[in-house]
Amino acid sequence: MANSKSAYSISNKKQKFDTHIIVVWVDNEAGVLARVVGLFSGRGYNIESLAVAEVDQKLNISRITIVTTGTPQVIDQIKLQLKKLVPVHKVADFKREDKKVIFKEMALFKVVGNKQKLEKAFNVCEKFDAVILDKTNKSNVIQITALRREIDSISNNLKKFGLVSVSRTGAVAMTRGAEVFK
Amino acid sequence: MPKLFSGAEIVFKCLKDQGVTNIFGYPGGAVLPIYDELKNFNSIKHILVRHEQGAGHAAEGYARSSGKPGVLLVTSGPGATNAVTALTDAYMDSVPLVCISGQVPTHLIGTDAFQECDTTGITRPCTKHNWLVKDIKDLAKTIHKAFEVATSGRPGPVLVDIPKDIQFQKTAYKNYKKINKLNGKSHNRFSQNDIDKIINLMGKATKPIFYTGGGVINSGPKASELLRELVNATGFPITSTLQGLGSYPADDNQFLGMLGMHGTYEANNAMYECDLMINIGARFDDRITGKIDEFSPKSKKVHIDIDPSSINKNVKVDLAVVGDVKTVVSSIVKTLKKKKPNFIKSNKQQISKWWEKIQKWRSKRSLDYIGSEETIKPQYAIERLYELTKNKDTYITTEVGQHQMWAAQHYKFNKPNRWMTSGGLGTMGYGLPAAVGVQVAHPNKLVIDIAGEASVLMTMQEMSTAVQYSLPIKIFILNNEYMGMVRQWQELLHDKNYSESYTAALPDFVKLAEAYGCVGLRAKRPEELDDKIIEMLNTDQPVIFDCLVDKQENCFPMIPSGKPHNQMLLGPKDQKEKKITGKGRTLV
Repeated sequence: MANSKSAYSISNKKQKFDTHIIVVWVDNEAGVLARVVGLFSGRGYNIESLAVAEVDQKLNISRITIVTTGTPQVIDQIKLQLKKLVPVHKVADFKREDKKVIFKEMALFKVVGNKQKLEKAFNVCEKFDAVILDKTNKSNVIQITALRREIDSISNNLKKFGLVSVSRTGAVAMTRGAEVFK
Repeated sequence: MPKLFSGAEIVFKCLKDQGVTNIFGYPGGAVLPIYDELKNFNSIKHILVRHEQGAGHAAEGYARSSGKPGVLLVTSGPGATNAVTALTDAYMDSVPLVCISGQVPTHLIGTDAFQECDTTGITRPCTKHNWLVKDIKDLAKTIHKAFEVATSGRPGPVLVDIPKDIQFQKTAYKNYKKINKLNGKSHNRFSQNDIDKIINLMGKATKPIFYTGGGVINSGPKASELLRELVNATGFPITSTLQGLGSYPADDNQFLGMLGMHGTYEANNAMYECDLMINIGARFDDRITGKIDEFSPKSKKVHIDIDPSSINKNVKVDLAVVGDVKTVVSSIVKTLKKKKPNFIKSNKQQISKWWEKIQKWRSKRSLDYIGSEETIKPQYAIERLYELTKNKDTYITTEVGQHQMWAAQHYKFNKPNRWMTSGGLGTMGYGLPAAVGVQVAHPNKLVIDIAGEASVLMTMQEMSTAVQYSLPIKIFILNNEYMGMVRQWQELLHDKNYSESYTAALPDFVKLAEAYGCVGLRAKRPEELDDKIIEMLNTDQPVIFDCLVDKQENCFPMIPSGKPHNQMLLGPKDQKEKKITGKGRTLV
């Protein structure tokens, strides 16, 4: 970097990225999602997927689940920065590989085609708690819940069976067993 | 029926209950009800600025020199957006500010109404937290919470946006009692075990150093006292960041001066060579660390900080102690006294070689410059200013650039809260309004803004504020007709292509002072400098001092970008000896 004409140092280090699922409990107030998402974009963190909804109407608590990638140092920073936000109550962090945690995403597929095609399409999905939510002579809406990469591969497979539209949620997470994250 | 108060009244009742005596602001359509109420609250004095950015910096100067939160009051739209620079500045330098902004009435929000902007949206990334008050019942609670958030933990700015209809609506008000409750975000999370570990590391170290920052100042004057006690009880050398200057006396022998990009040779080399670094309330900023991969490669690092997210953000440390500097240092001092009462004596031998090395670095005299009898050298001007003001309790603010670094290098601070400078954000135009705020907080003290002619023009209009309230601030301009630091970088890095860094058509600062109704002075030659400075000090009015200095002078020493601490660029004297050629210089 001897020739760098910069007032700042330039890093050319490449580090390994891990995928983490960050769960954030927040007060459900105006702008809280913007605060959390703005923190990610402002500090250059990634968001792979995002799921958010109120989980306690009485206490006004929402649960935000964010799938992100980063070096261990960045993941630590994400957690610490989130904890500094005033409406944030607690922050949990799980590695994607973690066996003690269940991750699920939901997807809706619309497939259009003849009877044969629709049948084949359903067979592709069957393993993943597939439910047909809507049915006509030439179309189906199929709902599945699965892991991200499973949904990726299914939607790939479905292409040849008349897939016309996909709608997916972000991942949600829950620990296994009786324990609750505090 | 309890007595009902309007939203505007509640704003002032809250400020009163929070002990606020001064606010800085500028009226406008969306805050008129609040301004209307001002007359009924005599204990709160309003300072009318000339631009909302000035209100923000003045509130910062007020806060940093007094330790109390600064309060500003601005209108919606442009009023709020003008305050954004100051809020960001306060966020970067951890200054407690409470900004109250007016907003268009709730039913007009989202309609692109006159002077409407998404204030909470715009200020979200530059405040610790902000609120849009949509219900009069939430107003008092929100303002009190705002003060709590601004002042607790690592301090910072907050903003409360109040729509105009809320200012008119009425509700009851309960007098506020300050409770020393933490907002669920506890600050002291260390144990005695951590303290014992620090003492243990200190006992083993042969090349220790304290590296202290603005956190010491923010922790209050008691923290600075305790720091002195600790440093004196250990005999270790200490260096300080730009923001930490004053927390340890600059004229003490254990003090190595400021570190970082324009820090002293001894401080930076000691940081590079040390085997134990104890960081107290500093944040490993990039202007401090230089090249991060080669930052202090041989040391164990201890980091004491109130903000957990500062730990391991830029530099990985071996021992993190999350807590308030005052509390942590007090525990260290107590434990040291109890466990190793003779530490300084028993340890002297162990670190004597280290001190010898430091003395060798010191003998380089890295802050030296080549004097002149023809032109005023900027360093000389600061030295004279220091010599002539050191017996007064002087408050110094600065703008941003070469003059700021020279002030940090050559003005010696011995007390905390005497040095107000924009470090993190580097806001040109900070110093003049900050001086206004400092003078408001300390009406009988000497307040000097060490300025550059380019910076000071950015907020020059606040001279009018100083004149209106008879605030005798002194604007000491080191005038080299260049954006000096820009010019220096262009000389060293961009083949002397001085692109747009020269200011032609500068105003006559003496006449400008007269136009504002204050006093203008000018010094051109070294021999008249002292007399003019004395004349400035004897003037009981605001003064603009136009000090014409050497136009070519560069600020040294300097760590070139992307270089570690031990590869500093020294001043022209040293460069001559080492024969650094033009080619070598462009490589920095």
